[in-house]
Amino acid sequence: MRTSHAFKLAAIGLKANKSRTLLTILGIVIGIAAIILIMSLGQGAQNLILAQVQGLGSNTVAVIPGRQPSGPSDFAQIFSDSLKEKDFTALKDKSNVPTAATIMPVVFGSQGSSYGDETYRLTIFGVSDVFPKIFKIVPDKGAFFTQEDVQGLSESVIIGSKVKDELFGASDALGERIKINNRPFRVVGVLPKKGQVSFFNFDDMAIMPYTTAQKYILGIKYFHRFIIEADLQQNIERTAADVKLTLRESHNITDTAKDDFFVQTQADLASSLGLITSILTLFLVSVASISLLVGGVGIMNIMLVSVTERTREIGLRKAVGATEKNILTQFLLEAITLTSLGGVAGIFVGALLSFLISIVLSRAIGADWHFIFPWSAALVGLVVSGSVGLIFGIYPARQASRKDPIEALRYE
Amino acid sequence: MSLIEVKNLEKTYTEGESATAAVCGITFSIKKGEFVAIMGPSGSGKSTLLHILGFLDRPTSGEYRFDGKTISEFSDDEIAKVRNEEIGFVFQAFNLLARTSVLENVKLPLAYSGVKENLWNNLAEKAIASVGLTHRLRHEPSRLSGGEKQRAAIARALINNPKVIFADEPTGNLDSKSGETVISILQNLNEKEGRTVILITHEVDIAEHAERIIHIKDGKIESDLPVAKRRKASHI
Repeated sequence: MRTSHAFKLAAIGLKANKSRTLLTILGIVIGIAAIILIMSLGQGAQNLILAQVQGLGSNTVAVIPGRQPSGPSDFAQIFSDSLKEKDFTALKDKSNVPTAATIMPVVFGSQGSSYGDETYRLTIFGVSDVFPKIFKIVPDKGAFFTQEDVQGLSESVIIGSKVKDELFGASDALGERIKINNRPFRVVGVLPKKGQVSFFNFDDMAIMPYTTAQKYILGIKYFHRFIIEADLQQNIERTAADVKLTLRESHNITDTAKDDFFVQTQADLASSLGLITSILTLFLVSVASISLLVGGVGIMNIMLVSVTERTREIGLRKAVGATEKNILTQFLLEAITLTSLGGVAGIFVGALLSFLISIVLSRAIGADWHFIFPWSAALVGLVVSGSVGLIFGIYPARQASRKDPIEALRYE
Repeated sequence: MSLIEVKNLEKTYTEGESATAAVCGITFSIKKGEFVAIMGPSGSGKSTLLHILGFLDRPTSGEYRFDGKTISEFSDDEIAKVRNEEIGFVFQAFNLLARTSVLENVKLPLAYSGVKENLWNNLAEKAIASVGLTHRLRHEPSRLSGGEKQRAAIARALINNPKVIFADEPTGNLDSKSGETVISILQNLNEKEGRTVILITHEVDIAEHAERIIHIKDGKIESDLPVAKRRKASHI
C-alpha cells in the first residue's frame, strides 16, 4: 500500500469524527504550546540578560567588596567596607595592573531630594568622570562633570529622566538647584530615558562625583565597587588576575580563601546568568512535557475506542487483502497525523502567545524584549508530537492489526 | 482441472477442555468455472467451510489446494495476497464502509494490490457499470437500497478480476426481487465470464440457480449432487 493512500485513509478516519479529533489533540496542542512558549520566553530572557550585561561593556571587570558567599555562615562577615582609597591608588598604578585602561570607583545609596514643593526619593550614584565611557551613556542636555569636579568635591549632579519628570515636570532643569540630603546641588546634565541598563536604572538616579557622594551624602570613606575596563578583550582575564593580586597585597591577604572582595568579569556574569536561564527553561520544559504524556494517554485511549468502533472495517480490509502491516500502518499513521496536527497547532499557539507576551513585557517593564521564534523548539515540538503519536499509537494499532477477520466481520 | 481441492478437511474449536468440531473430514473438489451452492442448517459447519475456502480461516488439519498450490504452506502475508488477487467475497451484511461513496468502497481492494493508482477509478467504474450501479457512483451506502448495496459489494468483489467469488448468504438480507437481481448477476458472471462461484444459502430456491449443490450436516457432506432442473434468474 502506498504512503499517499495511507495518509488519505488517516485523514478520512480523522475527519469522520471532527469534534472528537479536536478534543483529543487539545492535550497535545496545550503541551506543545507550553513548551514553545517556555522555550521562546527563555530565549528572550536570556538574550535580554546578555544584552544587559553587554550594556556595561564586555571588557569590564567589577570588583565587589565582601566574600563571594558560598554558604549561609559567610554572610556573617561580609566585609562590605573593604574597598578603600589606598586600593584605588594601588589599582591605578600601571605597574600593578598594566592592562587597565580606566578605573572607576562607584558608591551608591538611596536619598530623598526636593525641588520647590516637589520631592522624590532617588538613587545616588557616585562615580568619576569616566562614567560616560564605561556605561556608554551621555547627557542629552548639559554635560558630564569633569575630573576637576571630582577632585574639588563639586556639588554638581546629572539627573535621570524620571527624576527630571518628578521634580521639574515639563520645565527646564538645567542649571536649577535641587536639594539632596538638605544640600543644594546644581543640575549640570539630564540623561536620556534609558530604562534598565545592566541592572542599573539610570532614569531613577542622581549621578555625582563619588567624592561628593562619599563626604556629603553617604558619610563613608570606602567604595561599593570598582569598575575596571581592560584595554583589549584578550586582556580581560589578565586584568582580573592582576586586580586580585594587587588587592590581596594591599589587604595583606596570603590565603586566597580569606579574600574580602571578589572580582567578576562580564563574561563570568554572562555565562552564569545564561546557565541559570537555561536550567530554568529546561526545568519548565520538563514540567510542560508531563502534559504531553497526559495528552499521549488521551490519544491512546481514543485510538483504542476507534479501533473497537471500526472492528468491522478492519475485518473487511483484511478480507479484501490487507496484511497485518497494512492495518498497523493505517492506525499508526492516523495516530501520528493526529498528534502532528496537534503539534503544528501547538507551535502556532505557543508562538502567538509568546509574541503577545513579548509585546506586553516590552510595554510594561520598558525592557528591550524581543520576540524570538524558537525554530529549534518548533522542530523539537514537531518531532516530539509525532513521536507521541508513534509511542501511544502503537498499542492500539497492534490491537487492530491482530484482529481475526472472521471475528471482526461478525462484530456488532 | 480442479480449482479447489480439499482432502479430509477438519476444523476444531478448542475452548478450555472441550473441543467442538465444526468441520470433520470433508473431501471434495470444485472445477474452474463451476457454480456450486453449499447448503445446510445453521451450525452445520457450512460457514466455517466457506471461511476456510475463502482464506479467512485455516483448517486444523487436512489439505487444501487452491489452483494447484497447497495453502497450509502459505504465510499470513501470502494469504493476504491471495485474498486480494485471487478471490472476491460477498457477505450477507454487505460490509460496505459507511460515509464512503460506492466508488471508494469498490476501490478498497485496489489499495492493497499492485495496481497503479491512476487506473483505480477506471477499473472501479467498469466494475460498477457491470452491476448496473453507474447512477449511484457517488452515493454513500446509507442512501442505497439493500439490493443496490449488495450489487456494490459484488462490484467490489470483482474489482481485482478474481478467479472465484465466494458469496455467504448474499440474498439473506434482501427481498425476493432484489435477491433475484443479485443471483442473476452471479449467474451471469458464471456463465458469461466463466468465473467460479461458490454460494452459501439455506434457501432451496436460491441454491437451484447453481449447477451443483453440496449439503452439509454436522460438519460432514450429506450429499453432493448436480441440479437436475437449473433455475435461470430472469432479471438484470
